[in-house]
Amino acid sequence: MDVTAKVKEIIVDELGVDENEVTMDANFIEDLGADSLDTVELIMKFEEEFDIDIEDEEAEKLTTVGKAIEFLKEKLN
Amino acid sequence: MRLENKVAVITGGARGIGYSIAEKFASEGAKVVILDLNQDSIDKAVAKLNKLQEDATGYIADVTNSQQITDIFKQIYKRFKQIDILVNNAGITKDNLMMRMKEEDWDAVINVNLKGTFNCTQKVSRYMMKQKNGVILNIASVIGIMGNAGQANYAASKGGIIALTKSTAKEFASRNIRANAIAPGFIKTEMTDNLSQEVIDKYAEVIPLNRMGTPHDVANLCLFLASEEANYITGQTICVDGGLVM
Ligand SMILES: NC(=O)c1ccc[n+]([C@@H]2O[C@H](COP(=O)([O-])OP(=O)(O)OC[C@H]3O[C@@H](n4cnc5c(N)ncnc54)[C@H](O)[C@@H]3O)[C@@H](O)[C@H]2O)c1
Repeated sequence: MDVTAKVKEIIVDELGVDENEVTMDANFIEDLGADSLDTVELIMKFEEEFDIDIEDEEAEKLTTVGKAIEFLKEKLN
Repeated sequence: MRLENKVAVITGGARGIGYSIAEKFASEGAKVVILDLNQDSIDKAVAKLNKLQEDATGYIADVTNSQQITDIFKQIYKRFKQIDILVNNAGITKDNLMMRMKEEDWDAVINVNLKGTFNCTQKVSRYMMKQKNGVILNIASVIGIMGNAGQANYAASKGGIIALTKSTAKEFASRNIRANAIAPGFIKTEMTDNLSQEVIDKYAEVIPLNRMGTPHDVANLCLFLASEEANYITGQTICVDGGLVM
């Protein structure tokens, strides 16, 4: 599975942003306009799509697109 | 039709006030889904509701069972592709003076009334957030505002529901989800049918409108709060009590 592509697709879908805004260092809140509920929804969507559990402490650190992709790749290995 | 094509889930909807709300919603065009404990009473209620509006359904569900509630909301959403209204109505009483109240009676009432309301709200919020629209109605009680000797557990659960309603309203307001509490006073149901005329008269004395309410009175308020007419009302507790609380 192409984790990077899937994660980007989820972000575009959930946050309603343009694909080319979803760069690796884009911050969900500052750059992609997410609010706190959006970030919770994103995490829940990752959990659902990849069939994993993400702890709150882990979720807090996933502030950018790159960090989320890196974390999910590691988790899925 | 004030609720045309809306999907409304009503807990404890097989009888009493919950059934009355289901009936009112169905007659205004809503597809109602009732959750209750007993298959027989669900089937009977659904059969009656289907005469008002096709598509009424029911599921066996215990609101205290988080996993079961998760699964059922998933099924409901899969079937209807939307959940517009949730009415948290399931409730029980286990009255006793505090000195004599058993721990399990405290736990049971808090569990069904308060935790049950939380469970269903939490599970439905996922779908309402996605839709960016939804209405949550929590059936509290005037006892949750006034307190009552012999009902410490019930009063605490209903006061808790009022506070939970405000948190729900604040947390989900940005997603266009409204949450309001309804506080009925003395309402004539199967529960109160056992009371003697003497007791009923005594209650009536303290009610400015001088009579008990009906499930219909409660259902009418729910209809208003669930409809678009109440689009700018959230986080409120509204009494339907003949003026008992003011
Ligand atoms: N009747 C009154 O005077 C009055 C006054 C104020 C508030 N209320 C509130 O209105 C609501 C309905 O009351 P009612 O008088 O119709 O009661 P009722 O006992 O006639 O109906 C309650 C329904 O909830 C169901 N239920 C109970 N526990 C459940 C559970 N764990 N999961 C799912 N369903 C469950 C029951 O099976 C029943 O069908 C309650 O929350 C009650 O506290 C009633």
